Amino acid sequence: MNPRSGSAMSRPGMLRDASRLAVFTVKRLFALFLTVLVGVYLTIIIANMGGQVDELRMVQIRSTVAEQVRADPAFFDLPAAERNELIERRVQLDVERLRLDQPFILRSFDYLYQAIRLDLGRAEHMHSDAGAREVYRIIVERLPATLLLFGTANLLVFFVSVFMALALSRRYGSWLDRAVIALAPSSAAPAWFYGIFLILIFAFLAPLLPAGGMVRVPPPEGTLAYAASVLRHMILPVTAMFFSSIFISIYSWRTFFLIHSSEDYVEMARAKGLPPGQIERRYILRPTLSPIITSFALMLIGLWSGAIILEQVFNWPGLGTLLFQAIGHRDTPVIIGSVVIFAYLLAITVFLLDILYAVLDPRVRIEGGRS
Amino acid sequence: MSPWREGFRQLRRYPSAVVGLALIAALVALSIYTVIAIPYGQALELWRGGDQWRMHPVNARPVWVDRITGGDLPQTRIVSSREAEIEEQPFEGGSQISMVLGFDYRHTAFPSEINLFLSSDFAERQPFVRLVWETPDGREIPLGGRRISGNERISISQDWTLERRLGEVPHVGLLAAADRATGPPRVQQGRYQLRLDAIVFEEGAGLEADLVVYGRAHGIAGTDHQRRDLMVALLWGTPVALAFGLLAAVGTTITTLVIAAAGVWFGGWVDAVIQRLTEINIILPMLPILVMVGALYSTSIWVMLGVVIVLGIFSAGIKMYRAMLLPIRHAPYIEAARAYGAGNARIILRYMIPRILPVLIPTFVTLIPTFVFLEASLALLGLGDPVLPTWGKVMNDAQAQSALYHGFYYWVLSPAVLLMVTGLGFAMLGFALDRVFNPRLRTL
Repeated sequence: MNPRSGSAMSRPGMLRDASRLAVFTVKRLFALFLTVLVGVYLTIIIANMGGQVDELRMVQIRSTVAEQVRADPAFFDLPAAERNELIERRVQLDVERLRLDQPFILRSFDYLYQAIRLDLGRAEHMHSDAGAREVYRIIVERLPATLLLFGTANLLVFFVSVFMALALSRRYGSWLDRAVIALAPSSAAPAWFYGIFLILIFAFLAPLLPAGGMVRVPPPEGTLAYAASVLRHMILPVTAMFFSSIFISIYSWRTFFLIHSSEDYVEMARAKGLPPGQIERRYILRPTLSPIITSFALMLIGLWSGAIILEQVFNWPGLGTLLFQAIGHRDTPVIIGSVVIFAYLLAITVFLLDILYAVLDPRVRIEGGRS
Repeated sequence: MSPWREGFRQLRRYPSAVVGLALIAALVALSIYTVIAIPYGQALELWRGGDQWRMHPVNARPVWVDRITGGDLPQTRIVSSREAEIEEQPFEGGSQISMVLGFDYRHTAFPSEINLFLSSDFAERQPFVRLVWETPDGREIPLGGRRISGNERISISQDWTLERRLGEVPHVGLLAAADRATGPPRVQQGRYQLRLDAIVFEEGAGLEADLVVYGRAHGIAGTDHQRRDLMVALLWGTPVALAFGLLAAVGTTITTLVIAAAGVWFGGWVDAVIQRLTEINIILPMLPILVMVGALYSTSIWVMLGVVIVLGIFSAGIKMYRAMLLPIRHAPYIEAARAYGAGNARIILRYMIPRILPVLIPTFVTLIPTFVFLEASLALLGLGDPVLPTWGKVMNDAQAQSALYHGFYYWVLSPAVLLMVTGLGFAMLGFALDRVFNPRLRTL
């Protein structure tokens, strides 16, 4: 086939691929949006105890208003009946303002609409470091810290484990291989568990590294010094996450690669005498790429929730610590807001996974997402 | 049953499986012992804390840790008036009682606290008691006098005037050698005595006294900030953790499996609905929802268990089981079962599920520690069961009291080691099972 006819062939092919990919993307986006909608709605129902929270809020409004009116010297001279009437009026105003007089089902859709638009309302007690009371701002302020910590740790685990696994699958049965198999059960414990030990050893027994937090107090001047301080604070949590999942990752990848390297086409490539590096890249990695991506995304999903406790243990100012503080303050809007944000993050992860899948898996491109 | 027996015969060849089984067996034995030795109600009562622990030291280390590290920390000593010599001189309308509570102190470290518990059974007039502390070298330190109303606790360690007089905290100052220049106080070893001179204003009314010299080491597990013996929580944490892990694993695996099988068997819209629900469930963040339920509804461990199972029903596992079950649906033996008229439930439960069960056993076993750690995680966030003593709650207490910062390592390490043993036991067994039951791995 000469090059000219090749390019002439490939242009409509690429266009076809792109349009199918677009159709697929839109379809997936729509399906995921519906999924998020249902998930967030369930969250709202749970968080409001099916409307019971409102009764608590009614009681709270009544007592606050009564307290305000009683404490206000301007109303000291009012007769009791008039004062009660005033309290009633003010309660009524608040109830109407919060639309508590409508049935919960109606308002739940209202909440859903607000939550989907990320209009998460105002916190009851908490505020962001900048002083904002909007839940959205409080959460967004914490998001970069979480992304930094978990992004670093996950990428590290992912790449190290895949490459270690490739190396091990080439010479399985060696002492290193057996050591990894023996160490794999250590991953039964979550990262925060190792975090406690790391803090004990490196922050208290041998005080080399900070026990928690994200940056030195007071924060150092200058971007470089600041970054260095953050890096120093990241060492222990990242090590904890790395240690808790590295052996199981290597183990499962190694098994996966072993199974795939006994396929006939790999044996064939070996018989042809191709160099091992090429066999790995073209014959083992390429066809197994989509399951690798899947498992990476699934790991991300799993670690989103592991984040909460690890952050709490290391006092890392991210989403997890925020959620923990919100529990302490019983700040319902912040709790619901965090759950909604977590749902969004998971949905985005799933969506990216789908797109990657479509790009990598020729079947999706050709069939246009009809599975 | 023969493939099972064959499987277990092979299992014995894996040392990790044997170790794992041994660990699990030890934990189960410990649980059975615990449930028999400390009944449920008693455990809750003990863990509630309060006055029943008043004779226990605060934050004492385990004794064996101290002895291994070559320490000589004192243990709590209770000197009771029932074993002391009592002189009683009756007079008109009452009596004068004097007693001496003596003990030998041969440690280099000071006790952690000294308290005196007095009780008197008078009807109307309160007895009066005067206390004098006698040191081995013959010094006499008056501790003042007071009236006793029924059951009295005299916190000698918190006597501020005495502390000012001694220049040290009383439990240090009372036992320190007198001839000290500058530098930290030293223990004067020898026999100490607390002399009580009491006047009882009623005939027949008695007086009982318990002098408690609190130690710095206690028992196998040590004590926490509320004087509770950590042994109670460590012991009771075992059955709770095992029960939670096992029930959650069974609950999620079985429901998921049945639903996946039903979806595959019925196909059509049932399958579609199950698939969509699974996708929604993947998006629902499990831990934040558990946190929300714990914060808003109840932190009871059984409510949590229920939520874990409900959220686990449509877990990502359904996709995996579906892939395994799809080829089975068209297997000839299912065809045969339909031919003889087997119902849907029978086909799903008796023909489809048992077929993939062996493949699932390893997953199931490795799932148990996940839930054990989940319970500990929730407790660490302060959402542990309000009444049950669990490992996670011990760690939560320790963290709340900055145990690592204060050097109470035992407080964090003992529940952590137990968690680790549980996790390792099940994980090691699970990994070995995986190799036995998944033939594709065995050849590697």
